[in-house]
Amino acid sequence: MVGETITVNGRTVPWQEGMTVQTVLEVMNYTFRLLVIKLDGRLIKKENYKSAVVPENADVKVIHMVAGG
Amino acid sequence: MHVQELKAQHKLLKEYAYQPGEIDRGYNNRTLFINLSDNTVAEKPVSEEMKEKFIGGKGFGLRLLWDETKADTRWNDAENEIVISPGPVAGITQYSGTGKSLVVSISPLTDVVIDCNVGGYFGPFLKFAGFDALEIKGKAKKDVIVIIDETTNSIRIEEAPGEKIDSHVLAEQLTEMYADDEKDKRNISVVSSGTAAEHTLIGMLNFSFYDVKRKMVRLKQAGRGGIGTVFRDKNIKALVAKVKGVTPNRNNVVDMAAIQERGKNFAKEMKELDHVQAHMKETGTAHLMEIMNDYDLLPVHNFKFGSHQDAHKIDSHHLKERFTQNMPDGCWLGCMMSCCKMAENYELRTGPYKGEIVAVEGPEYETAAGVGSNCGIFDVDAILELNFYCDTYGIDTISFGTATAFAMECYENGIINDEITGGLKLNFGNSEAALRLIHQMGEGTGFGVIVGMGVRNMKQKFAAEYGADAKFLQDIGMENKGLEYSQYVSKESLAQQGGYAMTNKGPQHDEAWLIFMDMVNNQIPTFEDKAEALHYFPMFRTWFGLVGLCKLPWNDVEPANNAEQDEPEKVPEHVDNYVMVYKSVTGKSFDKFEMIKQSERVYNFQRIFNLRRGYGKREHDAQPFRAAGPVTLGEYESRQDRYDSQMREKMGIDPEGKTTEEKLAITRKYREEMYEKLLDSVYARRGWTKAGVPTIEHLRELGMDLPELIEVVKPHLE
Repeated sequence: MVGETITVNGRTVPWQEGMTVQTVLEVMNYTFRLLVIKLDGRLIKKENYKSAVVPENADVKVIHMVAGG
Repeated sequence: MHVQELKAQHKLLKEYAYQPGEIDRGYNNRTLFINLSDNTVAEKPVSEEMKEKFIGGKGFGLRLLWDETKADTRWNDAENEIVISPGPVAGITQYSGTGKSLVVSISPLTDVVIDCNVGGYFGPFLKFAGFDALEIKGKAKKDVIVIIDETTNSIRIEEAPGEKIDSHVLAEQLTEMYADDEKDKRNISVVSSGTAAEHTLIGMLNFSFYDVKRKMVRLKQAGRGGIGTVFRDKNIKALVAKVKGVTPNRNNVVDMAAIQERGKNFAKEMKELDHVQAHMKETGTAHLMEIMNDYDLLPVHNFKFGSHQDAHKIDSHHLKERFTQNMPDGCWLGCMMSCCKMAENYELRTGPYKGEIVAVEGPEYETAAGVGSNCGIFDVDAILELNFYCDTYGIDTISFGTATAFAMECYENGIINDEITGGLKLNFGNSEAALRLIHQMGEGTGFGVIVGMGVRNMKQKFAAEYGADAKFLQDIGMENKGLEYSQYVSKESLAQQGGYAMTNKGPQHDEAWLIFMDMVNNQIPTFEDKAEALHYFPMFRTWFGLVGLCKLPWNDVEPANNAEQDEPEKVPEHVDNYVMVYKSVTGKSFDKFEMIKQSERVYNFQRIFNLRRGYGKREHDAQPFRAAGPVTLGEYESRQDRYDSQMREKMGIDPEGKTTEEKLAITRKYREEMYEKLLDSVYARRGWTKAGVPTIEHLRELGMDLPELIEVVKPHLE
């Protein structure tokens, strides 16, 4: 349905009823452990990934702190 | 043969006595020059200007190499040098990752300067012995060993006919030979290469240290660009540094307490956070294997793909099973990151050492991805075997992996056949064939010697002699400037494409590793953002190589509150640690802005060094298309949804009804245009012209408007 989306790292992603931060990670296949997640500008701690509800039109930033080589 | 018998065969060619010195705030204020053609040994003073503009490490190496070579000096000319310099911070033991030295030389692969940041104890020991850098010029007539001995304050050049060339044997022999007793072995470090460095252009150097707990000699690699090949071309069998010992303040720093405080904070982070972050103590850089596969970034089949269904067979869990756990694993004293892992008790199943039980250093991520997934080899034992032989034969695992993967793709495309390979069936996944190649490199026989010439030379040969399509080879041959790519798929990260191909030395990721920032996090969406990242990170990371630091403790563990910082990707607390450590060693006024300026001076100097040699311009920053996007129909179709949706969203073109050939062409045109725009943006940010040449105004701003640099750039600015 038009409008039922969220933004994840600047990209449009379909929104789902009951979506949490944890669901976003699963949808995006973000498997990396060391993440900095902001939901509409609020920092979400790891212990709250499953309880933090993501409303439609939310702006989610999932910053991977991957060091690389 | 016993080491004393080997030593008895040595013939002293030169002995040079020097006055002992004392390091003052990180510097000896002199360097050591050796010319093996006539056995000259001399000392050179280090001026304040040299310290101010070039700092140490790679900066010193570049300055000294510039002065001793000409624009047309080739890698195998006697006047080419190998310069090793540790930098002012190197050798402290109170902060992690402080034992690095930088090696520079004119590369046989690229014909420009190559630089390698390497662990092991040689760099700090060189400094403790009295020198801020070692320059080796000339060629010995027969194999020699150079011994730098602080206990006798002497430099000795000895002909050494008896010892093996291969590093795992030679480093053990020389450690035994020059140590007074078992306890003294910790005071010896050996630089060596191997037999394959004599027959290929991808030779590397091993820097040793004695592992007191394991009672064995270990090796760290200065891998890239063929410096091992230069080393053996000079008939150097080994360099040996011997010191009196390591005491807490050999650098005579100005504020030890400040360094200790930062070092303790870092040690606490490692203790409390590593096991929930990168697991460096358990798996080292190999922890990246499954991450790269999950995000489609692990090179598979010569960088065609970014993941593979069998990648789990070589992930860090399987590698960890082979690594000794709960043992100190630092490549310099006092390092709490402790990430140089080792697979002990491995029984070799091929080659001249078949049946021997050995310890394999690593494999690190680059090796496991390079000789593993990129060659379609998903077998831990094969990776260990290839890793071991690359190390002892003196071969760079990254170049070996990328060059072998290229040869495999050529074989599968019928560009080369059994007749050309001497019967080697170089299909992806054929680990026996890959092992045969490495042994051929060691022997100097067969098709291994061709692969050992590197990707650029193979491309030319296959086109000239076998009628291959030169354009296709250019597309799939993963080299830039003549150096083989390191092991990340950069197709979906424009910034990383620049991070690879805009490097001074060739596509090694140590300048910039921006894939996640760009592709996944989307933190640098505009060209201006990418240009800023491709300014800041290469300059910041260059600084490690100026002062003698390892990059890994910067961001392979992060403070618990790092996420709350304004720019978490820069790890601001660790940057502040480095500022404090540098100030506390040298006593100089310094901040994070001057850190970038220091690097910019040296970075621009290196760019102009390339320019002086006929390179260093926009055309030399071109990339093979495989680094930027899909070359073949199979590559496109394997990720068709991604490419089709990009066509729709980014290019405004409807892919519906188009053939894969048409879509490939459209994608290619778009991505090539994006890369050209990136070059424009980055050059402007770096103070360079559209041709990639530093402007005189920019050099003036940096305080690098040296006459010899102006002379080189001026004709390119008119």
